Amino acid sequence: MRIPEDLKYTREHEWLLMEEGTVTYGITDFAQSELGDIVFVELPEVGDAVTVNDTSGTIEAVKTVADIFSPVSGHVIEVNERLVDDPDLVNRDPYGEGWMIKVEVEDPPELVDLLSADEYNGLIEQEQANS
Amino acid sequence: MQESPETRPDSLRSPLHELHIEAGGKIVPFAGWRMPVQYTSIIEECKTVRSRVGLFDVSHMGEIEITGPDRFVEVDRIMTAKVTGKSNGVVQYALLLNDEGGIIDDILVYIRPGSILLVVNAANKDKDFAWISSRVRGDARVTDRSSEIAQIAVQGPRSRDVIRSVVGNRAAALDYYRSLEGKAAGHGAVISRTGYTGELGWEIYCGWDQSPAIWRALLEAGAEHDVRPIGLGARDSLRMEMAYCLYGNDIDENTSPVEAGLRWLVRAKKDDYIGKEPYLAAKREGPKRRLIGLRLGPREIPRPGYTILHGGEEVGTVTSGGFSPTCGTGIALGYVRADRADGDEDFSIAIRRRRADAEIVRGSFVPSSVKGGGEEMQ
Repeated sequence: MRIPEDLKYTREHEWLLMEEGTVTYGITDFAQSELGDIVFVELPEVGDAVTVNDTSGTIEAVKTVADIFSPVSGHVIEVNERLVDDPDLVNRDPYGEGWMIKVEVEDPPELVDLLSADEYNGLIEQEQANS
Repeated sequence: MQESPETRPDSLRSPLHELHIEAGGKIVPFAGWRMPVQYTSIIEECKTVRSRVGLFDVSHMGEIEITGPDRFVEVDRIMTAKVTGKSNGVVQYALLLNDEGGIIDDILVYIRPGSILLVVNAANKDKDFAWISSRVRGDARVTDRSSEIAQIAVQGPRSRDVIRSVVGNRAAALDYYRSLEGKAAGHGAVISRTGYTGELGWEIYCGWDQSPAIWRALLEAGAEHDVRPIGLGARDSLRMEMAYCLYGNDIDENTSPVEAGLRWLVRAKKDDYIGKEPYLAAKREGPKRRLIGLRLGPREIPRPGYTILHGGEEVGTVTSGGFSPTCGTGIALGYVRADRADGDEDFSIAIRRRRADAEIVRGSFVPSSVKGGGEEMQ
């Protein structure tokens, strides 16, 4: 299970790339593996407002459906249009070509509690032990 | 995230458990068992079964044996099967009904030399065993053989070759819903022309400890057809594509065979059987709701519990739903008010904040190939 060191993570199994005034996010390798084959990703529109902990989209897999929670408040400045035709990019490259949403964050940023790669690894080990 | 129906640490393990782990199977809790839900991808695995051949470990299924001279009469009285006068090798799909005419389980009934074997859903096994034991009369004995018998399904258009080489020509020549006592890779087994995928296929019942050798022999024999192990995730997608009912989703103790479209499982018979009066009453009165199939668009994926609408009015609920790898669209089974079940147009399913147009599908979503390589339909 890949967990890149340079990203931040949430308890909802999403990753965040924090840059100057923006946050890009998607779902983790663990999340895509749990969901299985992803067949459709419903993303917000550019310009939409997103609120921390609210749903900002939906992931439909063969067997199940999951919300994309917004880890941050702000405005959507870009979505990954390639996922419309190639939703399995999320399965194949969750941290790269499978990214989902880029948000311009408010100042000061309103964010969920973030986990480091190590802390996130601890979280999934705990979840696997419980299943 | 994926829901786990069971998280008991003491979950039961199939005799093939280690082989599934070696093969990269993703193991999940299922009906008290830990079983492989997928090995690579549900979509890939469905394609393998529809185009070549796949192996399913279904050892979690329960097996209940009925012996004694009264076994035929008792099976006819406790189940919707009609076995009196039938010979060895006959297999029937049948229902166990309760006193109210609701479905306790859907089962396979095998007539074997000296016994009748019932193959039941894993989640219902203890309930079925208790029910049958409490209702059986006369000189008939009920034994739970689930922990001794493993089950492997071989399904797909190339399955006949694999069965011919591992079991033999007689098994490969079996008609649909017939079985025989034979040997698989040298080990005693019951082999039947049955399955839950809609493809040409066989099921093998064998000894718990012999099953790994048989599994390996099937993989070896199927290598020329690129045979693959298939998880329970694909098994569920494949059965949904055939509009086969899944117990617990589409049928349960509050469902009548009349509403579920399973009247054909209640064989015409002279004698009494459990659930007969309420069943006949339900047939006379006609169902209040009926199970239908609905096909949606490629990006409209229905899930159990979603509301079905007709002409904008709420008329029912989805009981099985998901993405069909073969159709490339969302598909659903669900109950609707009987007065709308014959409608052709104007169905939709509420998916979050929108209504997705749905096309009613009578019969299966994918043509059945159970009787051959696609040339004969069920």
